[in-house]
Amino acid sequence: MVYLTRKAEFSASHYYHNPEFTPEENQRIFGKCNNPNGHGHNYTLEVTVKGQVDGRSGFVVDLKQLKDIMNSEVIDAMDHRFLNREVPEFKEAIPTTENLAISIWQRLQPKLNVARLHRVRVYETPDLFVDYYGEA
Amino acid sequence: MKAYLTRRYWFSASHRLHCDAMSDGENQATYGKCNNPHGHGHNYALEVTVAGQVDPRTGMVCNLVDLDSFVQEKIWERFDHQNLNTLSDFQGVVPTTENLCVAVYGILEREFRFAGVEKVRVEETMLNSFEYAGGREVRH
Repeated sequence: MVYLTRKAEFSASHYYHNPEFTPEENQRIFGKCNNPNGHGHNYTLEVTVKGQVDGRSGFVVDLKQLKDIMNSEVIDAMDHRFLNREVPEFKEAIPTTENLAISIWQRLQPKLNVARLHRVRVYETPDLFVDYYGEA
Repeated sequence: MKAYLTRRYWFSASHRLHCDAMSDGENQATYGKCNNPHGHGHNYALEVTVAGQVDPRTGMVCNLVDLDSFVQEKIWERFDHQNLNTLSDFQGVVPTTENLCVAVYGILEREFRFAGVEKVRVEETMLNSFEYAGGREVRH
């Protein structure tokens, strides 16, 4: 088994708000992130896939194919977007880094037919990242 | 859905690697420059990984404010700008980065209640790093 990781970057804005909480609860729990006008980050995405090395090509996965899937499923949908308003799953779910990692996994997983998805890592800043490995 | 959240912190501290059970010659052979009796220091990078189900109400494994304030109070205040050899954690324990990982993990495991503690990773310099997951295999 060999593991391959591909990085991508995207920039997006978001804010954290749960309509079931009172304004005071939203402020207490989410702090500055509750500003309804949003704020932004430069996100770094790392997608790790795993598989056997193909005897003929020497590849775990065709990198071009992986890059195209990451671009069409994630970057096109999220780069330079307001996540709460423009990415359908975040009309309901709060666009935390945890939920972003899960959402990106769910977007990529059905499209990857060659290698298996191992891990999605999302850096919100260089000092904060979330890993998601799917539901074992 | 279970996710793993990692936060990165910094602190600076000095230490001397020396084992009382070894002769001076053995200490020198084992620890080299790190055995200098006056000590020396590092800027340590600390990564704390916590894990748990994502709370559907908040979208979070744990609130960063809780993690940051715990690390500030219980870890950063304890180790930053200290000589590690003088701390109770390192009486009879050589303050290698391996043992520093174990000490930090122990503090989190005993006292942090907002999420499960998965792993501690410490970079002593940009060229070496150490990980401890409480005896479990480290997940990559």
